[in-house]
Amino acid sequence: MRARRTSGIVRPKGLRSTLMRALLFAVLGLFCLYYLVPLVVMVSTSLKTLAEIREGTLLSLPRAISFEAWAKAWDSACVGVRCDGLRPFMWNSIAMAVPAVLLSTALGAINGYALTKWRFPGADWIFALILFGAFIPFQVILLPMARTLGLLNLAGTVPGLILVHTVYGLAFTTLFFRNFFVGVSNGIVQAAQVDGAGFFGIFFRIVLPMSIPAIVVTVIWQFTQIWNDFLFGVAFTVGDSNPVTVALNNIVNTSTGVKEYNVDMAAAIIAALPTMLVYVVAGAYFVRGLSAGAVKG
Amino acid sequence: MARSPISQFSPARWLERRLPVIVVSPLFALSLFFVYGFIAWTAYISFTPSGVMPVYDFQGLAQYERLWATPRWYVAIKNLFIFSSLFIAISMAIGILLAILLDQRVRAEGLIRTVYLYPMALSFIVTGTVWKWMLNPGLGLQRLMREAGFENFTFDWLVNSHYAIYTLVIAAVWQSSGYAMALFLAGLRSVDDEILKAAAVDGSSPWKTYTSIVLPILRPVFLSTVIILAHLAIKSFDLVVALTGGGPGYATDMPATFMYAFAFQRSELGVAAASATMMLMTIIAIIVPYLYSELRKTA
Repeated sequence: MRARRTSGIVRPKGLRSTLMRALLFAVLGLFCLYYLVPLVVMVSTSLKTLAEIREGTLLSLPRAISFEAWAKAWDSACVGVRCDGLRPFMWNSIAMAVPAVLLSTALGAINGYALTKWRFPGADWIFALILFGAFIPFQVILLPMARTLGLLNLAGTVPGLILVHTVYGLAFTTLFFRNFFVGVSNGIVQAAQVDGAGFFGIFFRIVLPMSIPAIVVTVIWQFTQIWNDFLFGVAFTVGDSNPVTVALNNIVNTSTGVKEYNVDMAAAIIAALPTMLVYVVAGAYFVRGLSAGAVKG
Repeated sequence: MARSPISQFSPARWLERRLPVIVVSPLFALSLFFVYGFIAWTAYISFTPSGVMPVYDFQGLAQYERLWATPRWYVAIKNLFIFSSLFIAISMAIGILLAILLDQRVRAEGLIRTVYLYPMALSFIVTGTVWKWMLNPGLGLQRLMREAGFENFTFDWLVNSHYAIYTLVIAAVWQSSGYAMALFLAGLRSVDDEILKAAAVDGSSPWKTYTSIVLPILRPVFLSTVIILAHLAIKSFDLVVALTGGGPGYATDMPATFMYAFAFQRSELGVAAASATMMLMTIIAIIVPYLYSELRKTA
């Protein structure tokens, strides 16, 4: 084990390096605090009563733990004129995210497969043109999309949002699968062809079973993106069909009544829970998605 | 490379051979319509006198003249410039520092990385909400410091039109610097260990090894990190809405919020389309050369 350490640059030797190690951990620990403090503040504020918030400071811990703010954020806080809390909007987000994630992932998978394993003339150009869609500022499509949704009778509905997220998620999902399939040997596909398997047969029986990691990365990426989206939600939905991010913003930025910071914080945590859960359970895949988002695989 | 045994023409085989194209075509058509078609529509509207409703009479660059004569647009551009340069610079600095520190064979590296990166899983609305609470002058950081004995400590950036833009930088750096760290760490891990060993044998100090050997190797990682962060910065909309609402007044407006306000609140479609087109042009100037070089490398 000692011998292996030589490849690091800071090597353990003597007092000086012990001090360096201590400094190293001190800095790393400080940054851990930096990233964690907002989370701690969020949780502790959500467990306080308003009176306690007014008396204490950001970092003072709740004296008596109260779940009132959570209950209120969940089903009685007012979002606009409606006072059912975040609950109905959580369902909107789920009803939006689940189909949009599944659709965009499935289409991305078959697209990536066709573009890499059955290369036809112009495949690279088609890929480049599709890929560009992943980088456009969505402001440039907001106006025509709003009109198109209106024409399709989908304006202000959850199915409308599913369409929007599926269409604009395609570029990313195609990119992820293409990068994955580029690394899959063509020999497997050719061997299956010799055995008489066709386009879909190879896809479902050979390629898909080996792309589980790519599927997981893509699903997690898409879920995080779609769940956390605010722009499409605020531009294309009204009131009852708002996703949870929009509802959260409405709760927090409402100008009427007493500012209930504990309810705001509880609502923020509720809205963040699904993606946080995914991150905690499948963090490694999330990170892979992030680095795949950096264009290269 | 569909290679089927040579045989006579049969419709089934013809179909089989065309399948990849048949499968890709509808998706490509979707992309053509929803990306390129929509961009064309927006760009065209920016050349028309459209107001509340779109009209299709070509009138040249009048909307661009109006856009560039709008003081609020200058505020948005200036804010974007301040925000993105600080956001990119600070996130990169924190990212590279943390990546180098984490690369020193740290125990519990996985746990620490998880802590650094979790903000990336949050919505910018959540980030904005929590920072808005922590930075609010009444009960937030200011109160904390005063209670701690600094009676005259004042931190009112959130409601100060000169400084509110920096609160956006604070929150955005908190959310995204871990991402920069992850990209740099992946880059560091791909540096050949032999190079490091050779440098150590030559008696090069760790500092010198990093500045003169490792960081130059990481040049492509720097480039892609800058581009990803710039891309995030130009698109930033949610965080502005949640943290400052573009205010006080329109002091923290950015192009994305400007466009949204003109399109959906003020119903000036022409100006909104012109601002969206300007945003697209900016992104194209940054992304297209980058994509081109990346794709050429992998092709």
